[in-house]
Amino acid sequence: MSFFGLDCTRNREREVERKIRANDREYNSSFRYATNSIKTSKYNPFTFLPLNLFEQFQRIANAYFLFLLTLQVIPAISSLPWFTTVFPLVLVLTVTAAKDAIDDINRHRSDRQVNNRKVNVLINGKLISEKWMNVQVGDIIKLENNQFVTADLLLLSSSEPLHLIYIETAELDGETNLKVKQALTVTGDMGDNLEALAAFNGEVCCEPPNNRLDRFTGTLTFDTQKYSLDNERVLLRGCTLRNTDWCFGLVLFAGPETKLMQNCGKSTFKRTSIDRLMNVLVLFIFGLLALMCIILAVGNGIWEHQTGSKFNAFLPRKENIAFSAFLTFWSYIIILNTVVPISLYVSMEVIRLGNSYYINWDRNMYDARTDTPAEARTTTLNEELGQIKYIFSDKTGTLTQNIMTFNKCSINGKSYGDVIDHYSGQRVEITEELARVDFSFNRLADPKFLFYDHSLVEAVKLELPDVHAFFRLLALCHTVMAEEKKEGELVYQAQSPDEGALVTAARNFGFVFRSRSPETVTIEEMGIQRSYELLAILDFDNVRKRMSVIVRNPEGKLSLYCKGADTIIYERLHPSCNKLMKVTTEHLNEFAGEGLRTLVLAYKDLDEEYFSEWKQRHHESSVAMDEREEKLDKLYEEIEKDMMLIGATAIEDKLQDGVAQTIEQLAKAEIKIWVLTGDKQETAENIGYSCSLLREEMNDVFIVTSNSPEEVRQELRDARLKMCPDTEQDQFLIPEIILGNTPKVVQDENVNGDYGLVINGHSLAFALESNMELELLRTACMCKTVICCRVTPLQKAQVVELVKKYKKAVTLAIGDGANDVSMIKAAHIGVGISGQEGMQAVLSSDFSFAQFRFLQRLLLVHGRWSYLRMCKFLRYFFYKNFTFTFVHFWYAFFCGFSAQTVYDEGFITLYNLVYTALPVLGMSLFDQDVNDRWSLEIPQLYVPGQLSQYFSKRAFMMCALHSCYSSLVLFFVPYAATYDTARDDGRDGADYQSFALITQTCLTVTVCVQLGLDLSYWTVVNHLYVWGSLGMFFLLTFTMYTDGLFRLRPSSFAFVGTARNCLNQPNVWLTVALTALLCVLPVVAYRFFSSQIYPTINDKVRYKVCKMKEPAPRPRHTRLIRRSTRRSGYAFSHAQGYGDLVTSRRFLRRPALVSTGFTPTGRSPGFKPTGRSAGYSPVGREQNPKQKVEPTSLQMFRAVKDSSY
Amino acid sequence: MKNEGETTERPDNTAFTQQRLPAWQPILSAGIIIPGFLLIGLAFIGIGVGLFLTSQTIQVLEWDYTGIAKDSPCFSCTIPNTPNCTCEITFALSELFKGPIFFYYGLSNYYQNFRRYGVSKDYNQLTGDTQYFKSPQNFCFPFDFDSKKNPIVPCGAIANSMFNDTFELYQIINGTKKQVPLDGKGISWWTDYNLKYRNPVPVDGSFPKAFDGTVKPINWPKPAYELDLTDQNNNGFLNQDFLVWMRRSALPDFRKLYRRITEGDYSGGLPAGNYSLTVHYNYPVMSFDGKKKVVFSNVSWMGGKNDFLGIAYLVVGSLCVVMSVVMLIVYAKFKFSDDDV
Repeated sequence: MSFFGLDCTRNREREVERKIRANDREYNSSFRYATNSIKTSKYNPFTFLPLNLFEQFQRIANAYFLFLLTLQVIPAISSLPWFTTVFPLVLVLTVTAAKDAIDDINRHRSDRQVNNRKVNVLINGKLISEKWMNVQVGDIIKLENNQFVTADLLLLSSSEPLHLIYIETAELDGETNLKVKQALTVTGDMGDNLEALAAFNGEVCCEPPNNRLDRFTGTLTFDTQKYSLDNERVLLRGCTLRNTDWCFGLVLFAGPETKLMQNCGKSTFKRTSIDRLMNVLVLFIFGLLALMCIILAVGNGIWEHQTGSKFNAFLPRKENIAFSAFLTFWSYIIILNTVVPISLYVSMEVIRLGNSYYINWDRNMYDARTDTPAEARTTTLNEELGQIKYIFSDKTGTLTQNIMTFNKCSINGKSYGDVIDHYSGQRVEITEELARVDFSFNRLADPKFLFYDHSLVEAVKLELPDVHAFFRLLALCHTVMAEEKKEGELVYQAQSPDEGALVTAARNFGFVFRSRSPETVTIEEMGIQRSYELLAILDFDNVRKRMSVIVRNPEGKLSLYCKGADTIIYERLHPSCNKLMKVTTEHLNEFAGEGLRTLVLAYKDLDEEYFSEWKQRHHESSVAMDEREEKLDKLYEEIEKDMMLIGATAIEDKLQDGVAQTIEQLAKAEIKIWVLTGDKQETAENIGYSCSLLREEMNDVFIVTSNSPEEVRQELRDARLKMCPDTEQDQFLIPEIILGNTPKVVQDENVNGDYGLVINGHSLAFALESNMELELLRTACMCKTVICCRVTPLQKAQVVELVKKYKKAVTLAIGDGANDVSMIKAAHIGVGISGQEGMQAVLSSDFSFAQFRFLQRLLLVHGRWSYLRMCKFLRYFFYKNFTFTFVHFWYAFFCGFSAQTVYDEGFITLYNLVYTALPVLGMSLFDQDVNDRWSLEIPQLYVPGQLSQYFSKRAFMMCALHSCYSSLVLFFVPYAATYDTARDDGRDGADYQSFALITQTCLTVTVCVQLGLDLSYWTVVNHLYVWGSLGMFFLLTFTMYTDGLFRLRPSSFAFVGTARNCLNQPNVWLTVALTALLCVLPVVAYRFFSSQIYPTINDKVRYKVCKMKEPAPRPRHTRLIRRSTRRSGYAFSHAQGYGDLVTSRRFLRRPALVSTGFTPTGRSPGFKPTGRSAGYSPVGREQNPKQKVEPTSLQMFRAVKDSSY
Repeated sequence: MKNEGETTERPDNTAFTQQRLPAWQPILSAGIIIPGFLLIGLAFIGIGVGLFLTSQTIQVLEWDYTGIAKDSPCFSCTIPNTPNCTCEITFALSELFKGPIFFYYGLSNYYQNFRRYGVSKDYNQLTGDTQYFKSPQNFCFPFDFDSKKNPIVPCGAIANSMFNDTFELYQIINGTKKQVPLDGKGISWWTDYNLKYRNPVPVDGSFPKAFDGTVKPINWPKPAYELDLTDQNNNGFLNQDFLVWMRRSALPDFRKLYRRITEGDYSGGLPAGNYSLTVHYNYPVMSFDGKKKVVFSNVSWMGGKNDFLGIAYLVVGSLCVVMSVVMLIVYAKFKFSDDDV
């Protein structure tokens, strides 16, 4: 249940200070604090109509039509009867009101659900189950594990030692890790003693309700003692109690006054670029309308002066010319109102809704593994999906699965991991069908671990000393914790997924890490348990890029085991390893080329004497007051040298399925992908290579990692100058005028060659400063790929904002975690990967699906179609309305500018609602230029969308001109065809009613033919709509002109008999045919010529499709093969500081650990080197099962440490 | 937790939800467009020729009888306050004017399509609903009540301004005038006469009594129930001339059917010879620079004479043919190959 995105209720009068007495409802109620019932709904059955109407009329278009309606009531002005406006308006209002009502009913329902949740409240010394809404300020309530916190509470006592509780604040701030709160000792001592709690009469005096989540000030007065209260004592509504059996709390703020409700501002409303363009166009249309009306009013003035004033004999006039012109102006405002598209907005919403459903329905975006279909969470942004230019992607969980697998290794110059075909000697691609290595010999093996190269296990069984040394190192040199709930059921808790993968590999190959104490590491080597004395951990950090352990084996031999980056270790190897180094380097290159993350392993036997002396110095240094770090570093350097190389490991950071193909496809569609990750530079780079964002063939990859603004600026400049030596300093900004304000737009600069940019968080912080942001943007935009690593969630959003600010481009952010929420909200389109870590990203996203690869379908198929459909819709909609309206304009010159309509009133009412509504809707819901396979096959089809080619101001002007032409034809052809002529029986055929009918028939037929021309995908539904609408026109025309209706309301159905008398005339039909063809043929010719002379990609593909007459080939699955690289594949998402912890006595002595156990979960709050949890699993899918969130041992440790002072 | 392999959320696999509905996908390929234009062009030229030739066979005679020019026969009638003025137009036919002949009067610069003029009528009155006789609708203003607050029936500007020139046609045979019978029946739309307009039900068997308490339109010489005393079926609101007038024109220049020449010796048309048309000049148009004319015309299957359609079809047809040739040239020159994709 999300509390977000709901509207808050209004503030009451200012409260200065809040006074609460526990267990004293009478006293508390005197202050009239809000109760705990919340109301996010806007209406009730009685207020719905007035309030909703009031809101709806705040929209310009609706207000405009209301204004028109009032004009129409004035007889002197009313050129059209009221119903011509009322019907469309009522329809629009009804549809919107229905939607609002459904939304509000849902809000009512969720309010009710929340308000009716049960919680135990302490009343008169007894715990009584109460509804949430009945909880009042000052009540003491009991919460149980996994319950939502009912209101903002003061924590009184808990089941846990030290009065601690654990809460999850994901609903509140998006962080999924657990947080700790602690009660005051004085209240905590009450425990669950109900008598004591019932007797508790502490008085709280605190700040009034506010929206600051991280701050709370107040005092508790109890037994004449005053205790100060801060945020640590307060549980906020929206949190969930975890890992705590129960706790008691005193309600401080309830319902709308809780910090959560105070915080939930209106979620930002995203609009598409077409929406923004529409706003400009609507203003333009208003301008056009005013202009036309002014022209006609002036025309009326002139006409009245010259002609009208003399026409007095048959039509006396009272008013003077100026007043007549004034009235005419308003009359024409009414008549020409159809240029302002009222039904347009409703139709657009319907189209977007329909296209959203297609996304929800698409089986190709359904993930069977997690049973999640794609979801369009926002139904108003579809066409924007067809215009994406920049994608900002998170890495972990989005591009990668955050699963590390031990994939390959090199031991003593032999590479393992590849499966070689015996006959051909070729490498075999690893698939699920391949025979796995059988680890049944090892009862402790992890069944989920998969390995395909049988030679490695053979080597282990042959007891090759190097192979054994290799796995022994992996089993010893790490900071993993093991837990054995049951005998043989080992669970590793690793701080980094890489380490977990390595230790698990060692486990499966017979070197099982079983347990550790601060001084020992116990492993089982090929079934024999051996305990190694752990003498020192030389911890990992980002400079050292290695970690070592010094252990004494059971036989008493001292060894140092080290693993680390190839570049670092190679410098510290014994010269005798040179030959092996060469071979291993080749293997490393091979691994790196495949995008694997590599580590080099080495060992060294130590001399007992030397070590004890070193140990002594180490002890001295570690207690030194000054320069401790430097001294330790020196010591580490000293001992970690002359090591012997064992081999190298290669870990695969598993990409999500199809990531590389997707990125390749999107690149072809000229979409730029920027990766924004909290991960380390090496890891990010590595992924860049493995998903072919960065490529060996790139001319250069610039890496910006400076620590001062000047250096960053210089590096960015150098990079730009290298890419494009003659980039000018000025002239890259083009002013763009949108409604008065003039934001600058950075032009795209063309660069020869492919470049990549990697920038880290530090440098990014400088580069995002306002004086350097343009520098960054220009450089970044010249690169094919941009990778920002170690960025904070805020920086992610800032990068997105930067691009949004200076590039006239549509951005999309995709991510899965809470740290991506900011960028998902900032981007034009936010996409959440569902079924992964938490739901935060999904909840704030506009679209969600389970796999990154679905992005290509979302954009290249759904986005493109949506954009195409919306643009076609808009172009056609404007065309049909303008054409309809402009005819009135021409007629004005022949009817004395008297605001006489050309058409029958019924036709005016029904034209937009009935005759032309469905065909265009059908087009906008079904049209496809080419089918989905071709859309994916030829991603270049996406490019016109990015350039907004299908609908722009220019396209709009073309529509207007086209309408102008059509309306001229539609007026003057019937004019000339009926001029001074008669029917075939000699009777009158050129009367007003016949003329109106002829013109409206011509119009309807013409716009239908035009639609048929625009429609490229005629499904049954389209046929039904097009022919049905035409049929409907004739049917309704004949119906409305029957005498039955005329008898009912003579003045409204005065056209009685016109259809019968008019449509039986051959020359009427000849006129209709002539107008329709005259309107459409030039368009056909124009389209033909342009498709021949300047064919667009679309024309070409459609031509090809038409010629081939067969479906597009299924998308090929090319395996990207990269070879021979000179790049280090080192990447290790490990954090500094863990080593100390592992050897810390306090930590391991925590008894609570045994009961809670180590399930690898959650995020460690203290150490966030990767910004990502350590929830590794060797192959398994499930990470961080949300239901059973438990704090890691590390969190426990932190909690104790923090609370100890 | 969901079971492995359970797919409850899997979307339905229908052609509609997967957007795979079978569809016809026409494209504007040269193979369709060029022959298409050619065919349309040829068809249009064919129709155009037919229309144009048909239009040429239609005979039309028309005279402006406004009398602006001093030497025109009706000049004398343009002087204001000339009651019962008549004038005479003589003409000679050198050949047979084929029948049936339709006799129109035409008005120019006459804004029957002016909005306020157009709405100035009360359909409820005209359907014979006597309730509305006493309280005409506001639209009729200022022709709803006379100066003594008596309701006008039929009210409104259209009725009030009804055309009231009358004509008599004579063939001059050896100096003697032989009246050509003019048929005034069936000149209005069947629907107007039978459906749209209704006379009030006679009161006590007397038709005029139905109009009790109302006055005639100001410009009318006699009330509605006296429009044709000879033929009760042509009286009141069902008077053919009234119906023709009430069907207001679309444009400021228009013709309206006055009579048909279908009877007696003239059922085959007007034979060659001399004719004289007597005009009872009543209707003032000079004040607003209007013009009046009389028109004799016969009709074809395509109605009255109108060269526009024929010419338009010919022009459009020719353009299509030309265009198809141009397209062919362009196609041959620019044809893109699908290798470009």
